[in-house]
Amino acid sequence: MRGYKYLFLLPGLLVLVSIILFPLLFTIRVSLSGWDVNQPGLNWIGGENYARMLSDNRFWEALARLDVMAIGTVLLQYVLGFALALLVWRDIRCKRFFRVLFLVPMMTTPVIMTVIWRTIFSESLGPVNDVLNRIDLPSVPWITDGAMAFISVMIVEVWQWTPFMFLLLLAGLLSLPREPFLAAAIDGAGPIRTFFRVTFPAMAPISISALIIRFIEASKILDTVYVLTSGGPGTATETSSYYIYIRGLRDFQIGYASALSFTYLVIMIVTLTIVAKLLARVLLVRST
Amino acid sequence: MKKCTFLLPAIGVLALSFSLPVRAEDGIVDYSKYGDYAKYGTVKDVPGACSYEAIAKKHYAGRTLRIIAHAVPVLGEPADLHAKQFADLTGAKVDVVHVPFGDLFQRVMIPFQTNQEAYDVLFYGSLWIGDFHDFLAPVPKAYQDVSGMRDVTKTHKGIATWGDTMLQYPVDGDRHYMKYRTDVLENPEMQARYKAKTGKELRVPKTWEEYNEVAKFFSGWDWAGDGKPHFGSAEVTKRDDLMFSAFISRVAAYAKNPNVKGGFFFDLATMEPQVNNPGWVKGLEMFIDAKKAFPPGGGNFGLGDEIFSFGGGQALMSYSWDDAFIQATEPGNPIRDKVATSPLPGSNEVWNRVTKKWDHFDIPNQVAYETWGWTSAVAKLSKNQDMAFDYLCFFSNEANASVDLKIGRFGINPYREAHFKSQYWAGAMDWSQKTADNYVGTLNWIDKSNNRVFDLRVPGVNQFMTAMAAGVSQAMAGAKTPQAAMDEVAAEWRRIVDRIGKDKVREAYANVVALEDNER
Repeated sequence: MRGYKYLFLLPGLLVLVSIILFPLLFTIRVSLSGWDVNQPGLNWIGGENYARMLSDNRFWEALARLDVMAIGTVLLQYVLGFALALLVWRDIRCKRFFRVLFLVPMMTTPVIMTVIWRTIFSESLGPVNDVLNRIDLPSVPWITDGAMAFISVMIVEVWQWTPFMFLLLLAGLLSLPREPFLAAAIDGAGPIRTFFRVTFPAMAPISISALIIRFIEASKILDTVYVLTSGGPGTATETSSYYIYIRGLRDFQIGYASALSFTYLVIMIVTLTIVAKLLARVLLVRST
Repeated sequence: MKKCTFLLPAIGVLALSFSLPVRAEDGIVDYSKYGDYAKYGTVKDVPGACSYEAIAKKHYAGRTLRIIAHAVPVLGEPADLHAKQFADLTGAKVDVVHVPFGDLFQRVMIPFQTNQEAYDVLFYGSLWIGDFHDFLAPVPKAYQDVSGMRDVTKTHKGIATWGDTMLQYPVDGDRHYMKYRTDVLENPEMQARYKAKTGKELRVPKTWEEYNEVAKFFSGWDWAGDGKPHFGSAEVTKRDDLMFSAFISRVAAYAKNPNVKGGFFFDLATMEPQVNNPGWVKGLEMFIDAKKAFPPGGGNFGLGDEIFSFGGGQALMSYSWDDAFIQATEPGNPIRDKVATSPLPGSNEVWNRVTKKWDHFDIPNQVAYETWGWTSAVAKLSKNQDMAFDYLCFFSNEANASVDLKIGRFGINPYREAHFKSQYWAGAMDWSQKTADNYVGTLNWIDKSNNRVFDLRVPGVNQFMTAMAAGVSQAMAGAKTPQAAMDEVAAEWRRIVDRIGKDKVREAYANVVALEDNER
C-alpha cells in the first residue's frame, strides 16, 4: 500500500527533479569546470573558479551595490505602494479607475519601458532636463554621473514595481476584518493612531510576504541596468546579475559565470532567510 | 486526369514565374512583394553565378535553410529580404532567427561547442573569427571566383581569411573615419572667430589635440544658427556598447608606430599586453579631455546616440562607422551636403614600444582603423552547405549589394572595388559630386593605407574587449587615473592570456599582425 503512495508522488517528483534540481545540479557541475570560449564542455578544475571569485573585486562591489539598490528600491516601493493602496481602499471617487491606473506600469514590458525612461532621462533631448531648463534650473546628468545614474536606475525600478506592492497590499487591506476598525473608532482613535495601532500591525503578514517577494525580484535586476546604463558610468550601476551576464554571455566564461551564479544564489538564500526572520520578528511581534 | 499530368511542370513554372522577384522582360528586381524598397531606386539583375537568373535555376524545394542574424533592421532586415527572395527563387524554406547583438555570440557559440547543427548560415561580427574559425566551412573555390567576390577589396578578403583559408563570406566592409560639418570648418566667419580666440587656423583636424581643441571651441553655443546650443564632438562612450572601437580609434594615433612591427595590442614576441604603455594611456587621456566638448549625456552615448547626434546636426564632429555620415547625407536632412569625411586624426608624437621613447613625426601619424563589421559564414556541420553558400552568394550579388548599401539602416557598407568609386555614390545615392568625391577619397585612403590597425581577432576577444571597456569607462568616470585603469586592464589581459593559453592567443594574433604589418 505504501508503495502506491510513492508511485502517485512519482510524476510530481520527476517534474521537480527535471525543472528545479537538474538545472541547479548542472550549474554546480558547470561551476567546477573550465567551460570557456576556448574550452568547451565539462572538464574538471575543482574549485578554481571559486578561488578566482574570492579575489574578483568587481563581483563583490556589484553585490554591495545591489544590496543598496534592492533595499532602497523595495523600501520605497513599500511606502509608496502602501500609500496608494490606502488611498484607493477608502471610498473615493473613481476608485476603480485609479486601481487599474496604478497597475499600468507593472503591466508594461520592462525593456520597452526602460527604453522610454532612457529617452526621458536623455540629457540632450529628454523632456526632464528641458522642463528643468525652462524653469531656470540646471540640467541634471541623469545617466553620465555615477550617483545620478544609480538614482535613475532606482527611479525606474520604483516606478515599474510599486504597483506590484500596491496590488498585494491592497488585497491585504481588503481582506482585513472590519471589527478592529470599528472598535478603534468607538475608542476615539484618529486616522494616524488607527493606522499605526490597527492597520499596520494587521498588515504585517502580508507586508512580510510582499517585501520578501520584491527583495527576491529586486535582487535579480538586469534589464533596467542593461538598457539604461550598461552598468556604467564606470561600474557605478553594475549589479551582480548584470556582471554575471557579462561574464557568462558576453565573455562566454560559462564555468566562471556558473560559479558566480551559484555563489550569488547561496548568498541570496541566506540573506533573504535572515531578512525574513528579522521582518517577522519586528513586524509580527509588534502586531501581537 | 492521367492525361493532364504532363501539364504540371508547365503549371509549376508558370506559377513560379508569377512570383519571381525579377521581371523577365528587363531583369529589373521587383520589390513589390517584399516592402517599399523600390523607393531606393531601380535595380537591375547583374548576370553571373549569383544573379537572380542563375539562382532561379537551383531547386531546393523540400529543403530548409536555417539562418541566424542580428535583429531587424541592422543586417537582420537584408537577411530577411534576401531570404524571402531566395525562397521564391529556389523553392527552399528559409527560417531566419533574429538575435540582439548582446546575445548573438553565445547563440552561435553554444551550438558550435555542443556539436549541434542549429544553423546553416551565420551572420555575425567579423572580429569573432578567432573564436569561430574551427567551426566554419571554407568558402569553396567556385564561390571565390564569382564576379562579386573577385571585386571584394584585398583588405576585406584579408578580414574574411584565417591563415590561408577564406572562412567568412564578405557581405559588408567597415572602417572608422572622421565626419565634420563643412558649413562650419570651411566658413570664413567661423575661421576668423576661431583665429581671434585661439590664434590658430581653423581647419580639418589632423591630430587629436587639434580635434579636441576645435571641439571644445565649438561647444555650448549656437554655431548652426538654429537657436539651440550645439557641441563639438559626439563619440561612442557607453560601456559595452562598442565603446572599445571608439577607444581604439583614438589610441591608434599614439600607439601604432609605423616603424615598429609585431603588434599593437600585444608584443607578439612576448605576448606582453601593450594597453598600459604611454601611447595607450595618452589616447585615454585625450578621450577623457574630449568630454568637455560632448553634448549633454555624451559621456554615455551608444552608437545610436552618436549617429543621431552628428546626423541630427547637434555635433560638429564625430568618428566611427559610416552610419552617422550616411544619415547626414539622406535626402531631407537639413545638413545634407554640409558634411564631409576625413581619415581619423593622428599624432605628432608616437610611442615606440621597442625604444621605450616617443618618436616625433612631422607629418601626423594617421592610422587607418579597419574595424569589425558584419560578416557571414556557413557552419562546418551544416548538411546544407550547397544551399547555404548559394544563399550567401545571392545575398551579396551585385544587384542586392547596390540596394543594401543605399539603405542606411541595413548596416551594409562598402567592401568592393566598385563601391570605392565616386560615380557609384553620385549616381546610385544621388549625392553631390563633391560629397561623393570626398567620401570615396577617405575610403580609398583607408583601404590603401599601409599604417593600419585591425581588431583583436583572437580567441576570447570579447573578454579582452569587455575588460578594456570597463577600465576605460572607470577612467572616463573619474573613478581611476588613466594609468591605473590601463594597468588593471593589462593585468586582466595577462590573466585572460594565461587562461586561454599563450601559444593559442599568439598563433591567432599572428594573423592580425600579418594584416597590420602588410604581410598579407
